[in-house]
Amino acid sequence: MIHMENVVKTYRVARRNAGAKAAFKALFRREYQEIRALDSISLDISEGEIVALLGPNGAGKSTTIKILSGILYPDSGIVECNGFVPYKERMRYTREIGVVFGQRTQLFWDVPVADSFELLKDIYDISEQTFQENQQELTELLNLQELLRTPVRQLSLGQRMRCEIAGSLLHSPKILFLDEPTIGLDAVSKLAVRQFINRLNEEKHTTVILTTHDMQDVEALSKRVIMIGKGRLLLDGTIDDIRKEGESLDESLVEFYQGIEGLGKEEKS
Amino acid sequence: MKKYFSFFKLRLQMGMQYRVAALAGMATQFFWGFMLIFAYHAFYESNPDAFPMEFSALASYIWLQQAFLMLFTTWRFDNDILSMISDGGLSYELARPVSLYRMWFAKNLAMRLSEATLRFAPVLLVAILVPKPYGLSLPKSPWHLLLFLVTLVLGLLLTISFLMLIYGLSTRMLSSTGIRVFLSSVMEFLSGQIIPLPFFPDKVRFVLELLPSAGMQNVPLRIYSGDLSGAAMVRAIVLQIVWLFVFVIAGELLLRNAEKRAVLQGG
Amino acid sequence: MKHSFRLYRHYIAINIRSAMQYKSSFWLTMFGQLLSTVSTLFGVIFMFQRFPVVKGFTLNDVILCCGIVQMQFSLSEMWARGFDRFAVIIRKGEYDRVLLRPRNEILQVFGSQFELSRIGRLIQGALMLAYGIIRIKIHWDVLKVLTLFNMILGGTALFTGLCIIRAALCFFTLEGLEFMNIFTDGAREHGKYPLNIYGDKFLLFCTVAIPYALVQYYPLIYILGQRTEWWLAFLPLLVLLYLIPCIALFRFGVRHYQSSGS
Repeated sequence: MIHMENVVKTYRVARRNAGAKAAFKALFRREYQEIRALDSISLDISEGEIVALLGPNGAGKSTTIKILSGILYPDSGIVECNGFVPYKERMRYTREIGVVFGQRTQLFWDVPVADSFELLKDIYDISEQTFQENQQELTELLNLQELLRTPVRQLSLGQRMRCEIAGSLLHSPKILFLDEPTIGLDAVSKLAVRQFINRLNEEKHTTVILTTHDMQDVEALSKRVIMIGKGRLLLDGTIDDIRKEGESLDESLVEFYQGIEGLGKEEKS
Repeated sequence: MKKYFSFFKLRLQMGMQYRVAALAGMATQFFWGFMLIFAYHAFYESNPDAFPMEFSALASYIWLQQAFLMLFTTWRFDNDILSMISDGGLSYELARPVSLYRMWFAKNLAMRLSEATLRFAPVLLVAILVPKPYGLSLPKSPWHLLLFLVTLVLGLLLTISFLMLIYGLSTRMLSSTGIRVFLSSVMEFLSGQIIPLPFFPDKVRFVLELLPSAGMQNVPLRIYSGDLSGAAMVRAIVLQIVWLFVFVIAGELLLRNAEKRAVLQGG
Repeated sequence: MKHSFRLYRHYIAINIRSAMQYKSSFWLTMFGQLLSTVSTLFGVIFMFQRFPVVKGFTLNDVILCCGIVQMQFSLSEMWARGFDRFAVIIRKGEYDRVLLRPRNEILQVFGSQFELSRIGRLIQGALMLAYGIIRIKIHWDVLKVLTLFNMILGGTALFTGLCIIRAALCFFTLEGLEFMNIFTDGAREHGKYPLNIYGDKFLLFCTVAIPYALVQYYPLIYILGQRTEWWLAFLPLLVLLYLIPCIALFRFGVRHYQSSGS
């Protein structure tokens, strides 16, 4: 389903030193610093899997999602998703994926949720029948009956997230990307989201790729865990590969991350 | 005094962060200046006798106007103050041991000075290099320069005291946007920002020159080139000072009243 | 194509419904827009009291011209608002969402915003135009009506193109783009006078570099009867070609965005 091979991505970031003189210089010439966001990443994901991408902030999780969803070009390497090269066949590929950014909304802020759904119907060219079926099903599963007539700005974060997820599934995508889907949600909403994702995966065999900092998400959802640090693949296994006896998952994870720091130091010396 | 100076320094530092914006602003002002001068030149050519100023005096007026735009614009408000008024956060401001009027006055003064400081010198430098009669002429004499600077300060203070009246009125209203937009655009027109006062029809002009709006940019910008001189100049300066007093006192009263109400309502 | 048109209409409808959620703010903005150029207009009137004819144009000619430019500008502001505030779209990362949808990017940006309150300025421009038409003795014929239509179409396209250029630059930098206001706000403000007022060299610049004169001066003198060559009526349509490089630049910006991820 998803194939990444030796994918490399570097960013150029403008560097600016402190002080008026440096600031004046920066007006005319900028110095750049290269940051390697992905350093030769290879991975394969099969249809129907739920995979959690883990790693500290700035590790390359978002870059991976952006490359897999076609927003970013890689510098080099092979990317193939469901038979498409995402960044080359954007228009056709995006019909097959759904993406939810936990921190941003794709719904119109001031109109009822249902209005945004109607617009999505036109954007994805969904047939009337499919649209009705999907909307009904998602409304039941995610408990949206009361919410569809409410403007988005009046929804709580958890309610909004449920609507966001529904919105990204109206066109029955084969792959669902979730970037921090449970961030800031209360316990009830978190549970609802997790249950729904599991059910979606079981019933429709939708492939789900999510990033999260919440280890309970990982425990509840994914058999497979991929850990990225400093742009490299550190671990491709299960949650048990992280877990250690007598520690909470979070503690074990912190140790793991500290290990990455060490990796960085070795490189320098 | 020191307090107010530190406001100015803070503002200048904040402004320095937007150097590129300042460059873009200067480019805009050059362009604006040239376009205005070209247009006035077409009017001048159509009938030089009907032109109410010397052409070089008009060119100087426009370049000074562009260079000191930030000092005299009636559109620049302090957004912090506006949101404070509309959110009812006034009582926090009262907790500080300074007079509301003086503090807001100093804030606005600092904001305008820092924004003008970043921009005016390059505009003036280039405008002086533009050939006669399109460029900025040198002041007629050091005496003119001195009077220009004195009335520039008076005009700036008068402009801010006008803004203070608007802030004062805003404290009495639920939504001040309408009145602000209206008063700002009227003042903009009457103060000679759209066309200099000498271009108004003579009867209108006679009244306009008595109004406070005439004391803002009109007086310094015309004294610089000698367009305003003699008895008319003395009268204009006296009016500047009188109106400044009237506006400051009226503003003080309005804000003191607002302070009282804020204390009574507890914010 | 038909689908795209339906989608665009849907976008507009949803934008208008959103704006109607804040009715008082909408009306205030609209009235502000309606009055925005009143002081400019008074300035023009006073100037023409002193100088009745300037370079062959009278006050009524200038009011007509000013009205048309206001309409061109407000129409572009209304429907190309998404490009106008593109810096915000980039800063908030909303452009990622555009790339995630199986639709033309430019259509999506056009649809993302529709600023109905600009209708205030549009009405104001239309009033000035109507005043000019009533007061000037023009021998109207089909071609002249068509010229007027072409001017509004071409001018809206020109301002839209400038918005697209500024939006394209947002892919590379978000600083200092205020200088583009010279070409948009500047053209609106100084376009109140027929462009030959600013001198022959400037008119030449506005003919070849940024084709303002094609939607303003040349068709205007045709409508006013100062010149009678029929092809002047169609010059504004040439501006539609100018949209091609604007869109190409935007596409180039998209590619940069996709490779830099800024």
